[in-house]
Amino acid sequence: MSVDTATVARIASLARIKVTDEEIAAMVPELNGILAWVEQLGEVNVEGIAPMTAVIPNKQRLRDDVVGADPLTGGNVREKVLSNAPAGEHGFFGVPKVIE
Amino acid sequence: MTQLTDLGVAAIREGVAKGDFTAVEVAGAFNAAAAAAQDALNAFITLTPEKALEAAAAVDADRAAGKALGKMAGVPIGMKDLFATMGTKTTAASNILGNFVPPYESTVSQKLWDAGAGMLGKLNLDQFAMGSSNETSAFGNVISPWRREGSDAQLAPGGSSGGSSAAVSARIAPAATGTDTGGSIRQPAAFTGISGIKPTYGRCSRWGIVAFASSLDQAGPMARDVRDCAIMLEAMAGFDPKDSTSLDMPVPEWEANLNADLRGKKVGIPREYRMDGMDADVARVWDEGIAWLKDAGAEIVDINLAHTKYALPAYYIIAPAEASSNLARYDGVRYGLRDLPPKESAKGAGLQDMYAATRAAGFGAEVKRRIMIGTYVLSAGFYDAYYTQAQKVRTLISRDFMDAFQTVDVILAPTAPTAAFGLGEMVSDPLAMYLNDVFAVPASLAGLPAMSVPAGLDRQGLPLGLQLIGRPFDEQGVLDAGLAIERRAGFTARPAKWW
Repeated sequence: MSVDTATVARIASLARIKVTDEEIAAMVPELNGILAWVEQLGEVNVEGIAPMTAVIPNKQRLRDDVVGADPLTGGNVREKVLSNAPAGEHGFFGVPKVIE
Repeated sequence: MTQLTDLGVAAIREGVAKGDFTAVEVAGAFNAAAAAAQDALNAFITLTPEKALEAAAAVDADRAAGKALGKMAGVPIGMKDLFATMGTKTTAASNILGNFVPPYESTVSQKLWDAGAGMLGKLNLDQFAMGSSNETSAFGNVISPWRREGSDAQLAPGGSSGGSSAAVSARIAPAATGTDTGGSIRQPAAFTGISGIKPTYGRCSRWGIVAFASSLDQAGPMARDVRDCAIMLEAMAGFDPKDSTSLDMPVPEWEANLNADLRGKKVGIPREYRMDGMDADVARVWDEGIAWLKDAGAEIVDINLAHTKYALPAYYIIAPAEASSNLARYDGVRYGLRDLPPKESAKGAGLQDMYAATRAAGFGAEVKRRIMIGTYVLSAGFYDAYYTQAQKVRTLISRDFMDAFQTVDVILAPTAPTAAFGLGEMVSDPLAMYLNDVFAVPASLAGLPAMSVPAGLDRQGLPLGLQLIGRPFDEQGVLDAGLAIERRAGFTARPAKWW
């Protein structure tokens, strides 16, 4: 499978990355080179093989369902949560207007 | 007298404990060396001399008070700038996190501070750990302290932990943290003539490490020898309930149990790693490694890892797929860069415009490339053909290793297909750059402990590494075989100081 400029533009849109026409033109051969190379995986016989889901067998755990089990994530840390926000306003994350 | 900056982890810890010198003296010596090398090597993104001195003073005070000292007491280290450090900028070498100051500390770095280590600074790396030469950092290339004989061309320190490898080999840090997703500890260690180990997936907590590919990412130590790696890994490892894939197992005493006597052990030599057109020096050092392990008492066994050639293409589906998902969080809303484009209509720029502009401005070219690949292979209609197929191949690669470990205890292979290449020599061809991790990626896909130790020099006078791959949870077997090689290789070469 290979990609054309329209496909690359669609991928960029899905990935939420603004790209110029020149950048798309440069990406098409690069991505096609990589995709042509990974294509060789198709020749592997994977009949009856399950896709890997955990590289090292491990038991999934649940944390205790209590408020503040971990003080770092337990709440009452609004200032810390907002400390790196580009537009922290009135205790919220500010974003451009999304409704008319 | 030996300079303090010539000492490694064990020697510093011992000297501080005995009172031969103070931890503050050690920190001062490395702070000065790091500052003096910064313009030439660019190993650090942020220097934190005050943090190193503060931790050292605490160790000296503890010693004076007769308190027990930690495993890393008095050892100042470099911290890869992928580990969140509370109150100290953590950038992942990306503009999108250029001003990010974490209000929390990563589990691994906290464990190191608790063990008495101090922080010299935050080390440069490939942007979001994506790269094999440290040329994708938004904060400039790291320059390897090594040079080819008779040349002053700038060489790559390897990647992604290139600041770590440069700092340790240049003696501006006795040890450093690294992270390894597809070779990012082992390949830079090999390029710079130092040791580094990626433990079993789950040994070191990923909590507070900027995520790249979560099913592959593992932290590990980079230091000058095997013992120093064992000491530091003990300090870094351990169960952490905040990481859902953390191994709930006790941390073994790797240092105390080090044993270079390999009698009764079997070492596997994977024939698929001996590729057509293999570099002659790499092949020679591998043969020497085989002879050294034999000399240490091990029996050498030829093994098959039949799916080896498919590891790298599988990796370049799986890692970008996970990266595209992990990096979705960088949207200009909660932290990091925000780019709000100018109004193109009366309505003004909207939320979607802000996302796209922020990510375009904040991510470097290689990061964008991987996000694009990942987005494509996960997109509707392609998911099974690419991602599911790659995860099936990953099962087969893991199965190859498990079959081999029915017979052998540890596997010996080269770490990288060549010695360090020059900066700029590979950047124009992403695929050629990816191929540099051909020997490192299979163990990553299988979650196995793997280590690189320096083994010799090539015809240009540059270091070459040998890689040891072990069974899950058998870091000890990897470290022991590494020690057997270290003792026989007699690798004492170090870069001549030009910076």
